[in-house]
Amino acid sequence: MNFGFNDEQELLRSTARKFLENECSSEVVRRLMDGAEGMTPELWKKIAEQGWLGLIYPEAYGGMGLGFVDLTVLMEEMGRVVMPGPYFSTVLLGGLTVLEAGTEAQKKAWLPDLATGDKRVTLAWMEPSATLGAAGITLEAKSAGGRHTLAGTKLFVPDAHTADAIVVAARSGSGRSPEAGVSLFLVPRGTPGLEVKLLPTMDQTRKLCEVTLAGVTLGADALLGEAGQGWAPLARVLDCASVALCAEMCGGAQKVLDMTVEYAKIRQAFGKPIGSYQGVKHRAADMLVEVENSKSITYYAAWAMDERSPEGPLAVSMAKAYVSDAYRRVSAAGIQLHGGIGFTWEHDLHLYFKRAKGSEFTFGDATYHRERVAQLVNL
Amino acid sequence: MDFTLTPEQQSFRDEVRSWLSRNLPADWASKVQAASDVPREAAYDFLRQWQRKMYEAGFVGVTWPKESGGRGLTFMEEMILQEEMALARAPGVLNILAVGMAGPTINAYGTEEQKKRYPPKMLSCEEIWCQGYSEPNSGSDLAALQTRAVKDGEHYVINGQKVWTSLAHIADWMMLLARTDPSAPKHKGITYFLLDMHAPGVTVKPLKQITGDAEFNEVYFDNVRVHESQILGGLNNGWAVGLTTLMYERLALGFGLQVRLRIALDGLVDLARRSTKNGVPATRDPLMRQKLAQMWIDTEVFKYTGARAITKLLKGELPGPEASSGKMMWVEGHQRVQEMAMELQGPYAQLMSGSRWAVENGLWQYGFLRSRANSIEGGTTEIQKNIIGERVLGLPKG
Repeated sequence: MNFGFNDEQELLRSTARKFLENECSSEVVRRLMDGAEGMTPELWKKIAEQGWLGLIYPEAYGGMGLGFVDLTVLMEEMGRVVMPGPYFSTVLLGGLTVLEAGTEAQKKAWLPDLATGDKRVTLAWMEPSATLGAAGITLEAKSAGGRHTLAGTKLFVPDAHTADAIVVAARSGSGRSPEAGVSLFLVPRGTPGLEVKLLPTMDQTRKLCEVTLAGVTLGADALLGEAGQGWAPLARVLDCASVALCAEMCGGAQKVLDMTVEYAKIRQAFGKPIGSYQGVKHRAADMLVEVENSKSITYYAAWAMDERSPEGPLAVSMAKAYVSDAYRRVSAAGIQLHGGIGFTWEHDLHLYFKRAKGSEFTFGDATYHRERVAQLVNL
Repeated sequence: MDFTLTPEQQSFRDEVRSWLSRNLPADWASKVQAASDVPREAAYDFLRQWQRKMYEAGFVGVTWPKESGGRGLTFMEEMILQEEMALARAPGVLNILAVGMAGPTINAYGTEEQKKRYPPKMLSCEEIWCQGYSEPNSGSDLAALQTRAVKDGEHYVINGQKVWTSLAHIADWMMLLARTDPSAPKHKGITYFLLDMHAPGVTVKPLKQITGDAEFNEVYFDNVRVHESQILGGLNNGWAVGLTTLMYERLALGFGLQVRLRIALDGLVDLARRSTKNGVPATRDPLMRQKLAQMWIDTEVFKYTGARAITKLLKGELPGPEASSGKMMWVEGHQRVQEMAMELQGPYAQLMSGSRWAVENGLWQYGFLRSRANSIEGGTTEIQKNIIGERVLGLPKG
């Protein structure tokens, strides 16, 4: 048994930390979050040059062929600097769906361009009902004469306004269960009837959109994989993306703890550093336990997804439930222990606090995943 | 990352499992689990024999060096052994304070004579050890201990009192911390003695707890004479030696905790399946499902945080202050399981063993009461948080 990272993974961590400290400082983050795109072409190009955009894609499609444990290291570092931009939506959502669901031709057509940074694809799965699971997918897809027509609204779609194409999950038929009859379509930017509207988000480092499809008509080649078979690959994508998100959350939570501990050592009150008071010290200790536990369950879930273990979905739900609560609590404690300065716009803590809140409700919150755990262990 | 066992580890697991299935007496629980009164001599005789049997099979002190009677194996085998024993619901090692704490500390600090004299009789349970640390006026603030050792020729004369001393009533030896220099700062005037519990002037009194049991004792010293050769690790160096023992304590007691929590949770899930809430099975109640699922998650999280700690140990890093977080997780998890068992039982939670209406003959009631000690014994939760805050996070002392 070895539950640690190997030398290559440690090297990836130190390389990523250095790169992001240089290229994605707090000033850069704040500039990016103020803009509509959340990214600059220059930074995107540098990220591509690191090989990170193709990290988890097979080498045959221009990737590095690494796994989710490797990706975990990178996501932790990105979460540590609350990196804005479409990395997550491109690599984990749009790209991974193409990889899991697409035909050979579709994978060849898209993945190499994603890996080089020349193209971006995102995924539209949620709708205004905000229902998780296959039952939430109701956007209608009608197929006739080799053409598909999509009508409906998708919500909470990350980076749709900058994506070259959007993978849209739609209901193409009715089956015995909600899982049957889900199809995935690649909708290119500029398709007539496709409207994308950027939404004001609490976490400004994450750009979310409303995507309206008013009778969008697509050719036969827009269907990703097979008709009616979209749920299985989509479910795996959402599980994999959840693990990556948990890793990002771990990185953010660790950074909040680091900032808080540093502050508690220097900030004086009543003539002593506040970290010497047990009211502060004990809360910091609680934060550490939650951060370390978050990492443990996330690493395990990443390993389970790499191994395609039957325990994978259970591991993912345990991780998302635990880490959602932990990051929310840790980032809130960070603000509390900083006192007034932690509540200012100037201090970076609110970036983490808001990222924690957004991440909590992405792919299901703790309550949703606890119920999924209950089902998966046959309670 | 790799969660698989090597073929050698797998075969060690098989060895333990098959030995336990052949040698564990089916009715041992009824012999040992006294629900009240002072623990019976027969129970301790049984546990003594059980350890002896395990020792002869090579399952006591697996990480001890071969020359001290151990097997020289790694912490991985120790963890496998603990897991298998917990899964088989096997009784633990009676002389755990010797095997887990006194032995390793003597091997680290002892003279050649001490190393030759004491450890060999620990694994076989020939001599039982207890730990004389806590006093009525020094628990968390251990260094404030007041038991005095005054020099008189080649001897020291001990006067004072220890409390919460497990096994003192059957122990042959005690790891004793006593003050040898009252004028020195409190951490610098303490000496670690190896004390003969049969010496004149040692009195042991059982201490009845909130469960009604007397697991622990009070120990009184009235002019007890100890030869200076019984000092471990040097005069006035007892604080450092004592902390080493505590480090081994967390290690020795820590391995089994994850599996013990899993067993407690499995019992709770069984109880939930048999219980009803508002007329429906408790496992169909959305709130109960949320709580049970959270405990399930916390138990698994504990397992994987433990796996990360063991990975570090296997790479040769010493057990660090991180062990404090493991202890806290066990405490929180176990107390929550016990609380929820009461919640599931509702009004029946009030009934102790002896009534036909008592759920599972009051087993959970005993466990619930006993679990209150979890956050106090072996270092309170508050002390664990100080350790994490100061020694892991580097925050200043108060």
